[in-house]
Formats: sequence, structure tokens, C-alpha cells
Amino acid sequence: MPSLKDIKIKIGGVKKTQQITKAMNMVAAAKLRGAQERMESFRPYAEKFDEVMGELAGSANPSSFPLMAVRPVKRVALIVVTSDRGLCGAFNANILNASEKFLAAQKEEGREVVVVTVGKKATGYFKKSQYEVVYSLSDIMGDVQMFSARQVGQEVIRRFLEEEVDEVHFIYGRFVNVVTQRPTIKKLLPISSEGLEDAGEGQESKAAAPYIYEPEPEQILNHLMPLYVNVQIMHAMLETAASEQAARMTAMDNATRACTDMIHTLTLAYNKARQAAITTELMDIVGGAEALKG
Amino acid sequence: MANEIRLEVVTPSKMVVSEDVELATAPGVDGAFGVMAHHAPLLSTLKIGEMRFVKDGQTRSLAISGGFCEVSNNKMTVLAEAAEYAEEIDVERALRAKERAERRLQEAASRAEEIDVARAKAALHRALVRLAVAKGSSKQ
Repeated sequence: MPSLKDIKIKIGGVKKTQQITKAMNMVAAAKLRGAQERMESFRPYAEKFDEVMGELAGSANPSSFPLMAVRPVKRVALIVVTSDRGLCGAFNANILNASEKFLAAQKEEGREVVVVTVGKKATGYFKKSQYEVVYSLSDIMGDVQMFSARQVGQEVIRRFLEEEVDEVHFIYGRFVNVVTQRPTIKKLLPISSEGLEDAGEGQESKAAAPYIYEPEPEQILNHLMPLYVNVQIMHAMLETAASEQAARMTAMDNATRACTDMIHTLTLAYNKARQAAITTELMDIVGGAEALKG
Repeated sequence: MANEIRLEVVTPSKMVVSEDVELATAPGVDGAFGVMAHHAPLLSTLKIGEMRFVKDGQTRSLAISGGFCEVSNNKMTVLAEAAEYAEEIDVERALRAKERAERRLQEAASRAEEIDVARAKAALHRALVRLAVAKGSSKQ
């Protein structure tokens, strides 16, 4: 049976932890608002981009674009986007598990796999894994910039064009809503015209007359495709950043509640122990008095 | 008004411009072009450069880098990786970027690394355009 003092110290410790988790919860809530805003302000850009790409892809012939080239798949690259920091529940673990599953499935089909990591957690995890990491980017999720997305984009595009890899996929924590974040895998390269046409279909062709292209549609596409890759990566990074904060908020909320429960149980144990101590003391006194009387 | 066209300049981080304008000019890859109300549908890629628009007789200019422009239904949408009003350009930062790019160009020239040269050139170009646009606004 722990002594009164032990329990008291423990209660103090849990209270301190609770203060920290509470503070982290509030910080995450504030950051989530910022991250969500950034995600939403990026949306018009991404949507317009999809629309124009869809418009153009209709007139494009896939074989004439190196970034659309479909080759027999021997080597696959997976871009894993996670957060830089931990303490956000199972968020990063979920993404890493899902990528592990994906990589295993690719291997089963006899394809070689390489990994590109974005975010400290993915970088740390894959450094110790059996997979070859070809490029890593860390400490950028706190403030997601187009610049970082472009770095990753250029890297995978170069590898794809040099036929070092034949397919590029990416996985990120999709922000469904504040309580749900889902690891999602998407294909990045080769760019498929079906995907683009789907993207463009949402908005019916509004232009009454055919477009004037300047320069030729093929050239525009060639110019836009690398940008499109960057936009996709940027989107994944922004979603992951928002998801991370949401996941942390939930995780810290749970932790705070667990602390409250723990304090309750400990206080109960403390009071019981205190009462037991008083009872024994009383018994002693009564016993002593009885003895004196006798 | 009938003689205006909606202009929207969108970057990954925010909507920079959303206004009805009388005239807008943009730096197309095949040369700058102007767009007025009821322009025919157009799709063009843009290079790093200056974009201007006229609203209520007043001209404002922006430095934009990379992107493309779509005109349809009396609406002009410019998607750029970066866009800043002339007044908002951080001249000091642009100057530093210019110096950094120049230094890198010299270094890269001695080692002949193609990718770095292209990147440094683009950076230099961006910095120069920013400076030129910022200068234009201080003169007005």
C-alpha cells in the first residue's frame, strides 16, 4: 500500500501533466485554425488548376508528353508525407502503417520500391526501415511553402524522366474533418489523362467559343504539368499539416480527460488511506486509554 | 459596368486581386498582351514579369512569377506562384535575392552545374522583376 505522501506526490505530478496537455490542446486548436485557413485559401488555386488541366488534357495525346508516359512498372516511388512533430495520437503511425502496407503490396508484385519522405516522422521511421530512401525533407511542416513542394516535385520529376522510377505515388493524412484524418494514397506520375478529365468535368465547359491558346496547347501542357505535380504535393502537405493539428487537438483532449480520471481515482485512494490511518491512530489511542484504566 | 472585366489573381497562399477592371495586361510567354471586357476565351502561360490593370482610370502593377492565365465569360483568372503589388514588394529582400543569385551564378559557372544555373537564373530574373516593378511604383 503506497503511503499518503506517495499518493500526494503522484496527484501533483498528474495535475502538472494535465496542465501541459491542456495547454497543448489549446495551442493545437489555434494552429489548426491557421492551417485550415491556409488549406482553404489554396483550394481556389488548386481547383482552377484542375479545371484548366482537364480542359487541356482533352486535346492532348498522352504519348507526346514525357510526364504522361506509361511504362512497364519496375520501380515505384512513394512519397510519404507526415508531420514533423509527435504527440498527435496515432496520426503518423496510421500513415506509416498504410505506407508499409502499400510498399509490401508493391514488393509482392515484384516491383522495387523507393521512398521519398516529407516530415521528420517519416524520415526517422524510414531511415531505420529496409526501404531505400532517395530523398528527405524535414522541418517544413510548421510553415508549408510552395518552395518545399517544388523541391520534392523537381526531385521526383527528375527521377521519373530519367526512368529511374516508373511510377510515383504519394500518401498523406487527408483532412476529412476535425475528428477524422485518413491516410490516403494517390498516384502522382505518370499523369493520367482520365484523372485530369475527371477533374475538369465538375465544371462544364463554360466558354462559348473555343479557346485561343498561346502558345500551342501542347506547349502549355508541357509547362503546366510540372506545376501540376507541385500543386498536388503542396495540397498533400497542407492537408497533412491541418490534419496533424486536428489529430493533436483530439489526442491532447483525450489526455486531459484521462488525467482528470486519474486524479479522481488517486484522490479516492488518498482519502481512503487517510481514513485508514486515522482509524488505526484512534484504535491506538483507545487501546492505550483502556490499558491505563485497567 | 459593361466595359469591365473581372480580374482574379490567385496564388497558392491567397487571392491577391479580385476586382472589376477596365484593362489588364499580362506577360505572356509569347509577349505581353492586354485584355479588355468581353475578350475571346484565351489560355496562355505567363512568364516572370509585370502585370498591370486599370481600374477607375488608375493603374496598379504587380510582380508575378510563373503561372498561367485564363480568360472566359468576361472573367480573367491569373494563377501565379507568387504575386505582389508594387507597393508591397520588399525591396531589401529582393536586393538580397538578386545578390545571392548573382553570386550563385558565378560559383555555378566555374563548376558547370546545369540545374543550379537554371535555378539561379530564374531567381535572378524574379528578383530583377520585383525591383523593376517596385521602382515603377515609387516613381508614380
